[in-house]
Amino acid sequence: MGVSLDTASLDTASLDAASLDTAQWAVLTEGLRKRYGDKHALDGFDLAVGRGTVQGLLGPNGAGKTTAVRILATLARPSGGRAFVGGFDVTRQARQVRRRIGLTGQYAAVAEMLSGRQNLVMFGRLFHLDKARAARRADELLSTFGLTEAADTVAKEYSGGMRRRLDLAASMILAPQVLFLDEPTTGLDPRGRNEVWEAVRSLVAGGTTVLLTTQYLDEADQLADRVAVIDRGRKIADDTPAELKRAIGGDRIEVVVRGTTDLPAAVEAVARVMDRGAGAAEPAADREDRRVTAPVRDRVAALTEVARTLQERGVAVEDIGLRRPTLDEVFLRLTGHRTDEQSSGQKADERAVTREARALERAGTEREED
Amino acid sequence: MSTATEAAEIPTVLDGPERRAYWAVADCLTIVRTELITILRYPAAIAWQLGTPVMFVLLFVYVFGSAMEVGGGADYQDYALPGMFAMTMANGFMGTAVAVAVVKEKGVMDRYRSMPMAPSAVVSGRGVADVISAAVDLAVLAAIALAVGWRPDGNLPETLSAFALLILLRSSLIWVGVYLGLLVPNQQAAGNLFAVAFPLGMISSVFTPPAMMPDWLGAIALWNPVSSTANAIRDLFGNPVPGGGGWVEQHATLMAVVWPVALTAVFLPLAVRRFQRLSS
Repeated sequence: MGVSLDTASLDTASLDAASLDTAQWAVLTEGLRKRYGDKHALDGFDLAVGRGTVQGLLGPNGAGKTTAVRILATLARPSGGRAFVGGFDVTRQARQVRRRIGLTGQYAAVAEMLSGRQNLVMFGRLFHLDKARAARRADELLSTFGLTEAADTVAKEYSGGMRRRLDLAASMILAPQVLFLDEPTTGLDPRGRNEVWEAVRSLVAGGTTVLLTTQYLDEADQLADRVAVIDRGRKIADDTPAELKRAIGGDRIEVVVRGTTDLPAAVEAVARVMDRGAGAAEPAADREDRRVTAPVRDRVAALTEVARTLQERGVAVEDIGLRRPTLDEVFLRLTGHRTDEQSSGQKADERAVTREARALERAGTEREED
Repeated sequence: MSTATEAAEIPTVLDGPERRAYWAVADCLTIVRTELITILRYPAAIAWQLGTPVMFVLLFVYVFGSAMEVGGGADYQDYALPGMFAMTMANGFMGTAVAVAVVKEKGVMDRYRSMPMAPSAVVSGRGVADVISAAVDLAVLAAIALAVGWRPDGNLPETLSAFALLILLRSSLIWVGVYLGLLVPNQQAAGNLFAVAFPLGMISSVFTPPAMMPDWLGAIALWNPVSSTANAIRDLFGNPVPGGGGWVEQHATLMAVVWPVALTAVFLPLAVRRFQRLSS
């Protein structure tokens, strides 16, 4: 199972001395550049994706995510640098690369007037399966992606989520070593997004390496083992979602009191447990929201301590909990599109653009209550 | 999951010239099938495609026909119907352009290009499907023409040659369609090409002999590729041919071959280059 395909594909090219070192990565780019006129869509982009992992590629519109995917999927030629998929050079060994990849772009790239089954059989034939095998594979994929009932319905009649699933299924015909998902849920409603996420998870369970671009931070958080943050054509961070979050100050404790008069007591209680190594000297207090927050290190001990202190002093607590910074905060912090997040209680940030605000809202806050 | 196990059985496709040639044909046929299913599933497009020439036949035979005079006492219907065959073939490039623009716009082109299939099949499949659909159009048009009383008076080889010239014109315009379809940003823009195509089809010998037009317009009409094909097939069908146009009209059959070859020579490389530039 899984990445077992690698051993089966002993092409001579993969035995080249030059590609031996690159072959250990599912995807490898070195100083990748792409210029469109004066604009540098990619400006020295490095990425190494381990086999069988899900790599998120996170960034705002125009950051270079799609350009990176197009180069890796052999659709565009880089202006500079090198890129390998499964050890094969995307410019010089495009044919070998194409046999090992699947691509699901921002549009559901299926033939609208063909049924789901006809689409998959057609793409199967174009992947050079014989008739019987293409038909069998189509039925398997239809069932895997929950499209068996709609198999003979014209794709035009499918919902957005169904189309994307059909599109994903078409990308999976040869069970690619690497699957590129370029904003696979853009424009889908929450239900459609969940459908696609489920489909992606089952692919990953089958051993496929996934490179996922998204503007939705919760999507990367949900699916990715590692997240590379890309801004203006360069990678500005690359780590696990948990590490990225930890990097901006770790967990916080958050206390909301009933009355404003209790705020100083809450500040005092929180101050006793806060982690002063994380930057701030004092807990952040928001009078309007009656909320006190501060970074903490020993999460459960801090929570227990604050809860006990407040109870002893008879402070009426409306809400108390531990809060982990969201990827949104990580992203905004890294790209500098938004400043410090210490005062987590602050309301709509005037400077945050609408899109970011929307993403934040969607991601919500992660709350762990004991 | 079944995806990985099934894939493990899939043999790696071997390279080599014969294998490539084989797959270039096989992939082309797969695309042809897809395109034909698409055409069949889209009744509005069929109605539009066949409806336009049918409407023209009826208009020019029954509405304008009696008022039209092509000289020499020839029957206007016998003059106009072969012209309409040629015009229908000529306007077919629009269909190619729109279809190519759709495939490009909807990301299907990207999917094809990211697959290990023969890249030429994307275009050759489109072309073959268009020729098949053009042949059906011609058959329908000819049936209607026969129904309203038109008759080819030439012998069988002449009649078949006439239809072959029509298909030749349509085939050469596939490259114009592919080029334009790749050039325009989207489907709508491709649809707007109609505004250009329509007068280009009309300023020809299709409905009126160029000799009866003002000099400057007549010159354009005379050199219009559609005119050459129209005149050549009129000759082969034994229908009235416009006179007085000089060398081009006298060598209509030659020109009906030269024009398509020239169009292909110009637009095939342009289309291929445009296709390759998708990678830039």
